[in-house]
Amino acid sequence: MTTQAPLAIEATGLVKSFGETRAVDGVDLAVRSGTVYGVLGPNGAGKTTTIRMLATLLRPDAGSARVLGHDIVRDADAVRELVSLTGQLASVDEDLTGHENLVLLGLLLGLKRAPAKTRATELLAAFGLAEASGKLVKHYSGGMRRRLDIAASIVVTPQLMFLDEPTTGLDPRSRNQVWDIIRTLVAEGTTILLCTQYLEEADQLTDRIAVIDRGTVIAEGTPSELKASVGSGALHVRLLDPEQRSEAARVLERELGTVHLEPDPAVLAAPCADADRAAEAVAELARSGVRIAGFSLGQPSLDEVFLALTGHPAEEQGDEASTAIEQERAA
Amino acid sequence: MSIETTPAQTAPAGAEEAALRKALASTPRPPRASAYAAALAFGWRGMLKVKHVPEQLLDVTISPVMFVLMFTYLLGGAIAGSTAKYLEYILPGVLVMSILFTTVYSGVALNTDLTKGVVDRFRSLPVWRPAPLVGALLGDTVRYLVGGTVIVVLGLALGFRPDGGVVGVLAAMALVIAFAFGLSWVFTTLGLLLRSPNAVMNAGFMGIFPLTFLSNVFVKPETLPAGLEAFVDVNPVSILATASRGLMNGNANGTDIVIVLATAAALTAVFAPLTTRLYRRG
Repeated sequence: MTTQAPLAIEATGLVKSFGETRAVDGVDLAVRSGTVYGVLGPNGAGKTTTIRMLATLLRPDAGSARVLGHDIVRDADAVRELVSLTGQLASVDEDLTGHENLVLLGLLLGLKRAPAKTRATELLAAFGLAEASGKLVKHYSGGMRRRLDIAASIVVTPQLMFLDEPTTGLDPRSRNQVWDIIRTLVAEGTTILLCTQYLEEADQLTDRIAVIDRGTVIAEGTPSELKASVGSGALHVRLLDPEQRSEAARVLERELGTVHLEPDPAVLAAPCADADRAAEAVAELARSGVRIAGFSLGQPSLDEVFLALTGHPAEEQGDEASTAIEQERAA
Repeated sequence: MSIETTPAQTAPAGAEEAALRKALASTPRPPRASAYAAALAFGWRGMLKVKHVPEQLLDVTISPVMFVLMFTYLLGGAIAGSTAKYLEYILPGVLVMSILFTTVYSGVALNTDLTKGVVDRFRSLPVWRPAPLVGALLGDTVRYLVGGTVIVVLGLALGFRPDGGVVGVLAAMALVIAFAFGLSWVFTTLGLLLRSPNAVMNAGFMGIFPLTFLSNVFVKPETLPAGLEAFVDVNPVSILATASRGLMNGNANGTDIVIVLATAAALTAVFAPLTTRLYRRG
C-alpha cells in the first residue's frame, strides 16, 4: 500500500481574461508535496498568468485553487506566508546591492537586522555571489541575477516555490548552476512549480508535467508517460552528407515504414521501438552507401511530444511575462 | 580495451555543495514582521536608493535654490519694495512650493517601480499591506527634509531672520512635510492609475502648478481680482503658506494649523486606502 503525499496545489477550472483575451481558460492542476511539477508551454500559453494567480498576485475570474490547504482568494495572506515567487522578470531590486536586497527581504519576512545580515551573507556565499555582494544588481550578469533571485526566494525557506522560466536567456553554464540549485532545494523538501518553455528542462527536473497551450492543459503525466502517449520511440540518423538524405529516406522507409524529415537537412527520423530492427535499418543504410555521422534510438523528445499534441512547434516568439503583465495593467 | 563506468550525475560537488545544502536547509520561520518594521524596511530601501544615486537629490536642492534667488531678486523690488522684505514673505512660500512639487515624484517613482519585477515579490510577501507605500513615502520625507534645509540655510545666508527662531522654522518645516505626506497619496494613486511615469509627471504638475501659483505663495491675495482672491483664500496651499509664515514669524494662527493637518489627514484617509487597494489588486 502506498500513502500519497498531500496535495500542495489543487486548482480547478482557473480562468483569467484580459479584455477579449482568455489568457487562462479552465486550468486544472494537482501537485503533490515534495515534487517538482512542470508547466510546459510556448510563450503566451498562459503559464505566467496561471502562476500569478496561484501566487495570489492575480485574482481568478472563475475557478478556485488551494495552495498548501489555503484558498488563494479568501486566504491569500496565509498562502503568501508559505510560498515564494521567482518571476520571469527578475524579482530583485536593480538599484540596490545583492546584499541589501537579501537583507531587505529578511527584514520584511520578520528577521531582525543582525540575523537578516548573517542570512544574506550565507546565501550569497552559497550561491557563488560573495564577491558581487556589494555591487549594484543592475551590474550583475543574467546568471548572477537569476541566482540572486532564487536566493531572495529562500531567505526564509518556503514550503512551495514558484519558478517562472528560471533559465530563460541564460548560457548553458549558468543554466546548469540554476538546475543544481533547484535539485538541492527539492532534496531539502521544497515543492516546486516550474514553468518552462524548455522541454529539456522539464525532462531534467520535473516529476510530472502539465502541457499548456492556449490557456488549457492539453496533456498531463510523467515525462515518460507523455513521451509514450505520443508514440513508441524513434530512430534518429544524422548524415555526413545532406545530399544523401533522399536516398537514406528511401532505405529507411523500406525498412521501417514511415520517415520524418527533421528541420536540420542532415537529420531524419523514423518511428521504431525495436532495437534489433533499428540496428538492421542502420546496417542497411551503410550497405547502400549512405554515410552516417551518428544515430540514436530513443524515446521521442518533448519537442516531438509538443508538436504531436498541439500541431505546432513549442518555440514561438514573444515575451509572455511582459505580455501578461501589460495585459494586466491595461485591463 | 577497457570498460569505464560514468558516475551518476549528482548535484554540485564538494565544499560548494555543502555550503549550498546548509543554506538551503529549512530554517524555522520567524514571526511575521510588524507593520512598523515592514514600513521601516521599505523606508530603508528608499534611503539606500538615494545613497546609491545621490544625483536624485539635485531636483530637491537645485531648483529651490533657483526659485529663491530668482523670485527674491527678480520680483522683490517690484512686489514688496525691497528684496529683504520680500524674502521674509517668499521664503516660507518657496519652502511650501518646492516640497509640494517634490510630492509628484512619489507617484512617478511608484509608477517606475511597477514596470519592474520586484513589485511582484513585494506584493507576494506576507506584510502589512500599505507597508511598501508608507515606507516609500517615509523615504521621500527624507528628501523633503533635505530640500527644506537647503531653502532655510540659503534664506539665512541671504539675510532671512525669522522671529520664530529655530523652533518656529522647525515647526514650519514639520507642518509642510506633514501636508506633503498627505498630498503624496494623491500622486501615488495617480501613479497606479496612469500608464507611464511621464503621464504621472504631466498630470501631477497640471494639478500642482495652478494650486501653488494660485495661492498666496508669491503675492498677497488683496491685489487679485475678486473671484481669484476668493479661490486663493480657500486654497489649502495658501493656508499652509500662511501657517508656515506664522510659525516662522512666531505669530501662527492655530486655526490655520488645524486646517492644514486636517486636510493632510483627510487626503491620507481617502487616498492611502485607495492606493493600497490599487497596489494589491489582481
